[in-house]
Amino acid sequence: MPVDVADPATAAADALLPRPFRVVANRRETSDTVTLELEPLDGDGLAFAAGQFTMLQAFGVGEVPISISGDPARPGLLVHTIRDVGGVTRALCAAEVGDVLGARGPYGRGWGVSDARGGDVVVVAGGIGLAPLRAAVLEVVRARSGFGRVHVLYGARTEDDLLFGDDLEEWAAEPDTEVAVIVDRAATSWPGRVGLVTELVRAAAFDAPRTLALVCGPEVMMRFVGAELTARGVPASQVRLSLERNMRCGVGLCGHCQLREYLLCVDGPVLSLDAVRPQLGIREL
Amino acid sequence: MTDVESAVALDLAGLQALVDLLAAEGYTVLGPTVRAGAVVPGRVTTVDDLPRGWGDTQEPGSYRLRRRDDEALFGYAADAISWKSVLFPSRELMWSGTRTADGFSITAGEGSGGLGDPPYAILGIRACDLHAVAIHDRVLQERALPDVHYAARRKDAFLVTVSCSDPSGTCFCVSMGTGPRAESGFDLALTELLGDEHTFLARAGSERGRTVLDRLGSRPAADGEVVAADEVVERSTRRMGRTMDTTDIRTLLYDNADHPRWDDVASRCLSCGNCTMVCPTCFCTSAEDHTSLAGDTAEHWRVWDSCFTSDFSYLHGGSVRSSTKSRYRQWMTHKLASWIDQFGTSGCVGCGRCLTWCPVGIDITEEVAAIRADPRPTAEQTPIEQTPIEQGGGG
Repeated sequence: MPVDVADPATAAADALLPRPFRVVANRRETSDTVTLELEPLDGDGLAFAAGQFTMLQAFGVGEVPISISGDPARPGLLVHTIRDVGGVTRALCAAEVGDVLGARGPYGRGWGVSDARGGDVVVVAGGIGLAPLRAAVLEVVRARSGFGRVHVLYGARTEDDLLFGDDLEEWAAEPDTEVAVIVDRAATSWPGRVGLVTELVRAAAFDAPRTLALVCGPEVMMRFVGAELTARGVPASQVRLSLERNMRCGVGLCGHCQLREYLLCVDGPVLSLDAVRPQLGIREL
Repeated sequence: MTDVESAVALDLAGLQALVDLLAAEGYTVLGPTVRAGAVVPGRVTTVDDLPRGWGDTQEPGSYRLRRRDDEALFGYAADAISWKSVLFPSRELMWSGTRTADGFSITAGEGSGGLGDPPYAILGIRACDLHAVAIHDRVLQERALPDVHYAARRKDAFLVTVSCSDPSGTCFCVSMGTGPRAESGFDLALTELLGDEHTFLARAGSERGRTVLDRLGSRPAADGEVVAADEVVERSTRRMGRTMDTTDIRTLLYDNADHPRWDDVASRCLSCGNCTMVCPTCFCTSAEDHTSLAGDTAEHWRVWDSCFTSDFSYLHGGSVRSSTKSRYRQWMTHKLASWIDQFGTSGCVGCGRCLTWCPVGIDITEEVAAIRADPRPTAEQTPIEQTPIEQGGGG
C-alpha cells in the first residue's frame, strides 16, 4: 500500500510529540535569564511567525510554553529566551551546548507585523516581555524601509535585568528608530531614566492613527500601556497585546489558558486591545 | 424523531440477542451496572448485568439507590459516572520516551480504555449524555489538532440510547433541550415499556442500527406500544426536577462578572472539583511527566484536571484565580456562556450530576436564577485599579 500521504490521525498525533533539538548556544542574559539557540536533530527547522511560541521540554522534567525570541527569517535556528522561575525553566536554563531538548509547535497567533507596513511601529516591552517582541523587531529591521518611525520602549526592574543589550544598540543605529529604556529602580551610577514604561509611551513621537503598537509585559503594565496608547490616539484595534495564562497543551485542548471566551494558545497569545479590554478589567478572570 | 424509522418491539430475549449480536460483532458491550451503591458504567454480557429493579433518588448533595416496585432495567435517572469515563478516560499515556546517546527517543501512546478495548457498544446512554458526547466531538475531535485517542475510541462506538423514564430531582434536560428522549446521534433508540409484557420499543438512528435491528428478528411495534412509549417520554418531561432559563445567558453572565452572587456561592463552595469530575462535558486536562529514578525513561500523561484547583491557573508568582469566587465564576461562565463562543453550543446538558455530587448541594440552576432575578451589570470600562506597574515579570 502506498504511504506517501500520512494518515491524518497519525499526523495529528505526531504533531503533539516533542521533536529533539540540540542546544548550540546558551547565552546568559541576566542573573536569572538565558537565551538558548537550538537546531533540529531531524528534519527541518520550525518556520514561525513573530509572537508564536513552542512547548519546550526538558526530558523527564516537563514542558512549558516559551515564546520564540529568534529571527523569523532564520527558521533553521530556534531561539528561546527563558527566565528561571520554576522546575522546568530551571532545567531549561541549565541546558548545556550539546544537550538535547524537546520542542513542539510553533503554536498560536503572532504579532502580524506586516500589518504595520507603511505606518509607524511602537514596541512596548516590560521585563522578559521583550523576548517575543525581539522576533517582531527583527522582522521590522529586516524590511526597515517598509515601515515608518519605529520606537522600542523597554522597561525593566533594574539595569541588571536588561535583556538583549547588543540588539538594543543595533536597533538604535537603524534609521528613524528610537530605542528608549527605563528602569523601576536604579543605583546612582545608572545614567538612564527611572520610572514606568508608560512615561516612554507618553514621550514618544508617532503618527497615532497610522501606528501599530505591540505590547508584552506583566498584565497590569499592558493595561496601563494600552490606556496610554489609546489616549494618544492609537485605535484599540491597532494595539496588540501578548497575553499569558497557564498552558499545558498548546493546541486548545487542555482548557487551561482561557481568558473568558478565548483559548489563548490558539486564539492568542497576541490579541488586539479592543478584543480583550472588558476581560482585562475584571479581576481574577 | 428526526430520523423517521418504523419502530419495532424487542422483548427481554430480544434485548439479550442485541447484547449477544454486538459482542459477536466485536464490540466491548458496556451499560449501566450497580456497583458500590450506584449505577455506573460497566461490562454487560447478559441483561442480568443491568440494574434490574433499581431506581435512584437524587437531590443536591444526595444520591441514593432505591428499590423499585417493578423489574425496570433502565429505571434510574442518570448514571452516577458519565460515559466520559470511557470515551475520554481520566488518564491517557501521550508518549513514553527513553534517554539515548543522541538525546531521547519518543513513542506515541497507543490509547487506552478504562473498561476494555474499543470499539465500544454503549447500551443505555441517556439523551443528556448523548448530547455530551456530541459536545465532546466538537471540543476534542473537530479541531485543527484533534485528540486522536478520543477520536479512535469514538469512531466506531455503537450507541444505544434509552429514553429516560424516571428523572431525578436534579435533572433539567428539558430546559436545556437535551432530553428526555434522544432525537439524533444514536445507532439505536429504545424506550422501555413495563406493561403486561416487558418490552422495548426500538428505532434505528443509523444504517448500522438498521442493520442490527433487521438481524435481531424483532416484530413491528403495535400502535399501542408506540403511544405508550410517547407517554413514557411525556411523563418524564413533566417530572423534571429542575429547570434553567438560558435566555441570553451568555450576555447575562458576561455582564454580571462582578455580581455579589459570586461571593455568596463562594461562601458555600468548597472548591473540591467534584462538579468538574462528574460533568460529562468538562474536558480540561493537565500533563504529568513521570520519570524513572535514574531519569532515563519518562512518560507523559494527559490527566483530567479541574478549574477549581489553585494549580490550574498558576503562573510563576501565583495563581490567576486564587479565590473560590473566581474559580466558580470561571467554571459556570465557561459551561454556560463562553463555551458558546468557543464551540457553538452550551457546555451544559442538564444531567444534574454537578448538583447531586456537590458535597454542599450547590445548584447551578439556582445560581443562574439568582443572577437573573437581580442583574448587576458591570460597566464596560471597569476602572483599572491604581496598582503600581511591576516591570519584571510577564513574557
